[in-house]
Amino acid sequence: MKRAPHPSTHDIQEHPAIVRLAHWLQALAIIVMIGSGWRIYNSVPIFGDYRFPIWATLGGDPAESKIAHMDPGVSNALNWHFTGLWLLLASYLLFVAHGLLSGHFWRDLLPLRPRDILRDFIAAATGRLAHRLGEYNAVQRFAYWGVLFAVFMMFVTGLAIWKPVQLSWLTWLCGGYPAARVLHFIFMSAICLFMVVHVALVILVPKTMLAMVFGRASEPHHAGE
Amino acid sequence: MPENKPKFFADVDRRKFLEKGMSLGALTLLTGCDISDNDVVQSMFAKVSRWNTFVQGELFSDTRLAPEYPESMAVKNFRYNTWYHYDQSPVISGSDYRLELAGLIGDKRPWTVPQLYALPQKSQVTRHVCVEGWSMIGKWTGTPLSVFLNRVGADLTAKYVGFVCADGYYESIDMPTALHPQTIMAFKLSDEILPTEYGFPFKIRIPTKLGFKQPKFVTAIYVTNRNPGGFWVDRGYNWFSGI
Repeated sequence: MKRAPHPSTHDIQEHPAIVRLAHWLQALAIIVMIGSGWRIYNSVPIFGDYRFPIWATLGGDPAESKIAHMDPGVSNALNWHFTGLWLLLASYLLFVAHGLLSGHFWRDLLPLRPRDILRDFIAAATGRLAHRLGEYNAVQRFAYWGVLFAVFMMFVTGLAIWKPVQLSWLTWLCGGYPAARVLHFIFMSAICLFMVVHVALVILVPKTMLAMVFGRASEPHHAGE
Repeated sequence: MPENKPKFFADVDRRKFLEKGMSLGALTLLTGCDISDNDVVQSMFAKVSRWNTFVQGELFSDTRLAPEYPESMAVKNFRYNTWYHYDQSPVISGSDYRLELAGLIGDKRPWTVPQLYALPQKSQVTRHVCVEGWSMIGKWTGTPLSVFLNRVGADLTAKYVGFVCADGYYESIDMPTALHPQTIMAFKLSDEILPTEYGFPFKIRIPTKLGFKQPKFVTAIYVTNRNPGGFWVDRGYNWFSGI
């Protein structure tokens, strides 16, 4: 994301193609991971008898799957999960590498001060926080670092569940195998929370969507700021 | 400068927000046309699964051991888990039973239960991890499969070891896993002769693989260079399924 050097009359938001590509691939991969993850979760729930509604999960029609795979869609869900994994890993690495090397993360997501986060959070909660295209407030910065961290932790906890023998040190760091499953669930929940807020805000400020699809959006400059 | 006040969340037109939210919901429903069992998707799964098998083979170490736990952590009433009800488990007579050997094995004479029990045995307290997510620590006792394969003159340079079971199940594993020191022919669970529903006379206990890769009621072992697949593997599960 860049801002014009001398924004005389307009606020401008720009995303280079590589950012847009990595963003949408991550979005797709995360939807696949969550949908299939929920179907896998359903076969042995962690929290009592709570199961995700089938329509919100990915793994095929349970009745059809009973015939083809002798299961309610678990093998399909596992296949989605271990396919989406590579797409997410590749697009996440692309996004992070670009963010770090291009300076995007340092320029637009820093500084990040707890006091600013608190101030902007209170402003947002009381409806007094302005949104300017091309500039992230402290709550947004915190949310973007947060979701980058949450996805990273999904890889860590996911590996701990996938390889509790070959990577037993990682599973140990997660507090053991059952705890790693719970952590995997918690970071998934954090990503879901981010997505809900992220999408809600796009609906509120639709021009940000134009920027993420076409690469550029602008709106008249806010006076008095 | 009067115009262009900053946008406030409070200014949002609630009706518009709802409308847009609903069209987003409709989009989500569209994706509800689940394409999982589409032929193209299934063949993509098969390709990715082969890649995942390769990655897991690279991650596998023939000397790295699965964590072992103190005996006090071993569960006494181990979970029963098969696709059929336990009273349908095959009842095998210990005196009539013969373990058949086939494929790239030098001495193919069948084995009786007493002959199997006479092999050197050792115990392990390890975690059994199911593909569905549950796990349980148990104590298993038996003979390392590598000891048995050496004893019968199996071709240890071959790629696969296959298993045939009395309940219609079948499985196969890679040779490095078959020779792993913790891969055993388990004759006992919780210090007792393996009960009928847990796979008498023995199950293959492999703490480096998911539960479904560990066949019960084994009636034949064979060594081959052609991948024999497996009961769940042929229904879409990853063949290597190492942990």
